[in-house]
Amino acid sequence: MAHVAVDPNDKEAVMIEKTGYDDHFHDHHHGDKYQSNFISHYIFSMDHKIIARQFLITGIFWAIVGAAMSIIFRLQLGFPEADLQWIKPLLGKWIVVDNGIGSLSQEFYYALVTMHGTILVFFVLTAGLSGTFSNLLIPLQIGARDMASPFLNMLSYWFFFLAGAVMFYSLFLNTGPFSGGWTGYPPLSALPQASTGSGTGMTLWLISLTLFVVSVLLGGINYITTILNLRTKGMSMWRMPLPMWAFFVTAVLGLLSFPVLASGFFMLMFDRGLGTSFFLNEIFIQGQALDRVGGSPILYQHLFWFLGHPEVYIIILPAMGIVSEVLSVHARKPIFGYQAMVLSILAIGFLSFIVWAHHMFMSGVNPFLSNFFVIFTLIIAVPSAVKVFNWITTLYGGNIRFNSAMLFAIGFVSMFISGGLTGIFLGNSAIDIQMHDTYFVVAHFHIVMGVAAFFGMFSGIYHWFPRMFGRFMNETLGRIHFWGTMIGAYAIFWPMHYIGMAGVPRRYYSFDTFESFNHFGPMNQFITIAAIIVFGLQILFVINFFYSIFKGKVMTEKNPYGANTLEWTTPIEAGHGNWPGKIPVVHRWAYDYGKDGREFIPQIEPMASDEVAGDH
Amino acid sequence: MTGLIAILTVVLLAVIIVQLARISEIASKIRGEESVRAQVNNRTAFYCLVFMIGFLIFCIVSAWYYKNDMLGYGPHAAASAHGGSLDDMFDITLVFTGIVFVLTHIALFWFPYKYKEDKSRIATFFAHSTTLEIVWTAIPTVVLIFLVVRGLNVWNNAMADIDPEEDYIEIEATGYQFAWDLRYPGNDGKLGTRDYKMINTANNPLGQDWTDEKNHDDFLPTELVLPVGVKVRVRITAKDVLHNFYLPHFRVKMDAVPGLPTYFIFTPIKTTDEYRQELRKYPAYQVPSDPTEPDGPQKWETFNYELACAELCGKGHYSMRRVVRIVEQDEYEEWLSQQSSYYMLNIRYTENDPNLDKLIGLEINQRKQELKSAFDNAVSMGDINTIRLKNVFFETGSASLKNDSKYELDYLAELLSSSEGLKVELSGHTDNTGESEVNMTLSQSRAEAVRDYLIGKGVSADQLSAKGYGDTKPVNSNETEEGRQNNRRSELKIISK
Repeated sequence: MAHVAVDPNDKEAVMIEKTGYDDHFHDHHHGDKYQSNFISHYIFSMDHKIIARQFLITGIFWAIVGAAMSIIFRLQLGFPEADLQWIKPLLGKWIVVDNGIGSLSQEFYYALVTMHGTILVFFVLTAGLSGTFSNLLIPLQIGARDMASPFLNMLSYWFFFLAGAVMFYSLFLNTGPFSGGWTGYPPLSALPQASTGSGTGMTLWLISLTLFVVSVLLGGINYITTILNLRTKGMSMWRMPLPMWAFFVTAVLGLLSFPVLASGFFMLMFDRGLGTSFFLNEIFIQGQALDRVGGSPILYQHLFWFLGHPEVYIIILPAMGIVSEVLSVHARKPIFGYQAMVLSILAIGFLSFIVWAHHMFMSGVNPFLSNFFVIFTLIIAVPSAVKVFNWITTLYGGNIRFNSAMLFAIGFVSMFISGGLTGIFLGNSAIDIQMHDTYFVVAHFHIVMGVAAFFGMFSGIYHWFPRMFGRFMNETLGRIHFWGTMIGAYAIFWPMHYIGMAGVPRRYYSFDTFESFNHFGPMNQFITIAAIIVFGLQILFVINFFYSIFKGKVMTEKNPYGANTLEWTTPIEAGHGNWPGKIPVVHRWAYDYGKDGREFIPQIEPMASDEVAGDH
Repeated sequence: MTGLIAILTVVLLAVIIVQLARISEIASKIRGEESVRAQVNNRTAFYCLVFMIGFLIFCIVSAWYYKNDMLGYGPHAAASAHGGSLDDMFDITLVFTGIVFVLTHIALFWFPYKYKEDKSRIATFFAHSTTLEIVWTAIPTVVLIFLVVRGLNVWNNAMADIDPEEDYIEIEATGYQFAWDLRYPGNDGKLGTRDYKMINTANNPLGQDWTDEKNHDDFLPTELVLPVGVKVRVRITAKDVLHNFYLPHFRVKMDAVPGLPTYFIFTPIKTTDEYRQELRKYPAYQVPSDPTEPDGPQKWETFNYELACAELCGKGHYSMRRVVRIVEQDEYEEWLSQQSSYYMLNIRYTENDPNLDKLIGLEINQRKQELKSAFDNAVSMGDINTIRLKNVFFETGSASLKNDSKYELDYLAELLSSSEGLKVELSGHTDNTGESEVNMTLSQSRAEAVRDYLIGKGVSADQLSAKGYGDTKPVNSNETEEGRQNNRRSELKIISK
C-alpha cells in the first residue's frame, strides 16, 4: 500500500516514526513478575515464545509416537510372515504367538492405524504445527508484546496437554485404544459390541478430542484477536508477512469448524451413554437387535467432514505461510504475487467449507448432491495452482541459499504439487467410485497433507530455530535429513498410487485373502523398509534438534538471514514483551528483497522520500 | 527379525552420520566457513538438478513397469459397461496432471540450480505481473471446467437409478461383521420385505418376513453369480456397522449403511472365462497359481472376480470375500434352477413357519404346474388318460370339499373351460375301511361335489360326468396306512377329446 507521509507538524507522529511506538510496557513491572520462578517461566508460562516451544516439543513427542506406530503396522503389511516376538516386551498381549511366530493382533493393527491418524492429524500437524508457529510468530511478526490474552494462550496449551494425556492413557487400556479409524464413524464407534476398542478406548478418544477442541478454540480466538487488534503502528493487514495471513485464516477455519465436530462428538457420546439414536438405526449386532431406530450414520459423517475438510487446510495453510516466507527470504526475492497469495489463502479458506461431502461420494448420499461438491472441490485447484506458480516464480531470478529451511520449502512445493494433482482425480466423483478408500487415497493425503505439512514444519523449525533457542541447527545433518526424507517419502508413498490403481483397499490387515490384492508383496516390503529408514532420519532430526538447543552454533547477530520481518529485530535473548523499550514501527511490506539495488530492506526502515513502495 | 536388523542398522547409521556431521562442521571452521558454505551451496544446487532428473525418470519408468497391475490397463480392462468411462476419465485427468507435474517439477528444480547464490549479484526484484497471474489462473480454470463437465457427465450416467421399464435383475447384498449375505429374488423377481428385529442368526440371517410371499422364493447363495450383459441393481445394506460393497473389476463401490439401503447399478460385460482368456496373454499370469505345485493350474485359470469390503468395519474388515462369477445366460439359468429357496429349505413346516395352516403362493403355483403338465400329458397322449387330483381334499367322512381344494379345482375349471369338446369323468375312490356300500355312496357324492364345484366355476355340465368307485379300484395295498392314504383319492379321466 502506498506510503503515507508523516505530517512534519505532528510531533508525536514524527517521534514514533523515528524511535518506535512507546506503549509504556516497562512502566508496569509485571514483566519480571511473570517469569520470576521456574514453574511460571517454563511450565505454566504465559509467554508466547515459551508456549510455542511447549507446543513444538509436545508435538515432537507425539510425532515420534505416531510414526513409531506406523512402523509397527508397516511391518505387518510388508513382512506379514515375520516373527514379531521381539516387540512383545513393548506390546504384550497384542503380539499373538502362534507356533513360535509372533504376529500383530488384528485388533491392535487397527488400533495402531487409528491412533496414527488421530495423533498425526490433531496432535502433530494441528497443535504441533499451527500451535508452535502461530504462537511464536504472530506477536513477533506483527510487533506485539504477546498474545491478546496470554492466560487463554496458556490454557490452550494445557488443554492440549490434557488431551494428549488422556489419549496416551488410552493406549494402555486392557481393551486397547479406539480402533475404528481416525474418523470415528458410527455405528462402529458407537457400539462397544462392535469392536473392543469401541469401549473405554472410544470414551477416552472422545474425551481427549473434546479437550483438544477446547484447546484449538482458545488458541484460535487468541490468534484472531491478536492479529486484528495488536498490530504495531504501520502494520496494516496488507503489509503483514504471509505466515500471518495463513495463521489468521487457519484460526478462523478452526473457530468455525471445530465446534461442529464437537457437536458431532456430543451426539456420539449421547448415543454411547444415554441411549439416544442420533446415528443409529435398525442395528442387529452380536445376536441382538438393538432398540434404536431413526438415526442416520451419515449425519455423523456430515458433521465430521464439516470439520474434517477445513481441518486439512488448517494443517496445510500454516505450512504454506511458512514456506512462502522461507522461500522469499532465502531466494532473496520478494514473494511473487503477494496479493494473489493472500487472496488464494482466503479463497481456499472459504471453499474449504463447501467441499466436505467429497469424502462421502460413496457413502450413500444422493448422487445428485455430489455434483455441487465436485464443482467446488475442483475449483480449489485454481487458487492452489496459483500458489504453486507463484512459489516457483519466486525462485526465478533469485539468489538462492540452500540451507535446510530452504530445501524443505522447495521440497514442500514438490510434495504439494504431487499430492495436489492426485486430488484432482479424487475430487472428481466419477474417478472416486474406483479410487475411494484405496491406497491411491492413502498416497494422496499422505503426500499432500502429511509429508507436505511436515516439510513446512521442518522448514519453519530450521528457519526459526535461532529465534527460538539462540542457536542454529546443524546444517550438515539438516541436509542429510532433507535429502533422505525427500527421497524416502516419495519411496514410501509414490508406489502406493500403483497399489491403489490396482484397486487395493486401504485399512487391510492382510492382503492374502484376496487374489486381486495379494500380488504387491515385494512392493510392500520396499515401502516398509523405506518407512523404517525415513523414521530413522526423523530420529536424526530429533537428535539434531535437542543437541543444537544446547550445543548448536551460537547466533551472534540479531538478523542472521538478512530478513525483513520484525522477529529479527528483537534481541537474541528476547525476554517477555519481546522488545526492550519501544515497539518497532513498520514502514513497508515484508518483501523488499533485492529492491533498488539493496539485498534487503527491513520493515522498520522508513521509506526514502522518492522510493516507490515494493507492493505498489 | 528383519525389522530388528533394519532398526539396528538405522541406529548405527545415525550415530555415524552425527559424528560425520560434527567433523564436517569443525572442518569447515578450519577451512573458512564462508568458502565452505559457498561450495556446499553449489553442490546442493547440483543435487536439485540430479534429483529432478532422477525423480522424473523414476516416475515414468515405475509407472510403465507396473502398468499391467493397474486396473484399466493391460489385462485389467473394466468388466462392466460403465467402468470404461471411469477409466477414460482417469486417463484424461492423468494426461493433464502429468503435463503439469512434469513442467512444474522441471521449473521447481531448474530455477534453484540456475539461480543459486552468487555473492556478486543481487536477485531480480520481480514482485508481480498481472498478465502472468491472469494467464495461470485462466489456464487451470479452463482445464478444470473441462474435467468437471466431463466427470459429472460420466458420474451422472453411472449413478442413474434404474428405469422401471428396462430389463434388470435386482439382488441384495447385506454386510455384517465379517461377511456378505447375498440374496436373490427367486422366480418372482422381487425381493421380500425384511425387518431387522426378525433377524435370527440360526434360521433367519436377514430378518425376512415370512408372511410376505415375495420372500418365499428368495435364496441366499454363497457366490455372486450374474449373467453377462444384463443390468444388475444391487440393493446394498448392512446389519451392524458400515461396510462397503466393492467389486474392483467392475468399478462398483457403495457404502452399506444399517437402516438405510443404498444401491449400485452395473452391467457385467465380460464373463469370468473371457476375463481369464484376457489374462492368459500375459506372462505374469502364466505361472502356477500355487507355487508349491508347479504342475497345477496356472494363475489365469484360477482367476476369479471378487467382492470385498471397502469401509473399515472392525478387526475382520480385510476378510469379507465372496467370489463373483459372471456367466452366459444359459449357464445362469441352470445355476438358478439349482438354487433352492431359503424359506422352503429351512423354514417351511417348522415351528418358525407362520404359514403352517395355509398354502403359500409358491406351493399353489407349483401344484398348478403339476396339474397342468399332467393334464396336457393326458390330453396329448392316448394311453395314460387318468390324472390324479392330488390336492382335492374332503372333510373326514363327508362330501364337503376342504377349503384348500379350491386352488386345484379353480385351475382345473380354467383348463377344462379352455378345452372345448373335451369330456371327462370325475371319480371318487376310498380305501377298504368301513362298509363297502357306505364307501360307494361317499365316493359317489364326493365325485359329484367336485363336478358341482366345477360347474359352479363355469365349466359346461356336458363336459363332466361323476362316478364313485368306492374301494373297488385300489392303487396300493390297503394293508399299510400309506397305501390306504394313496387309495383315498379323486381322479379325472379323459373320455373323449
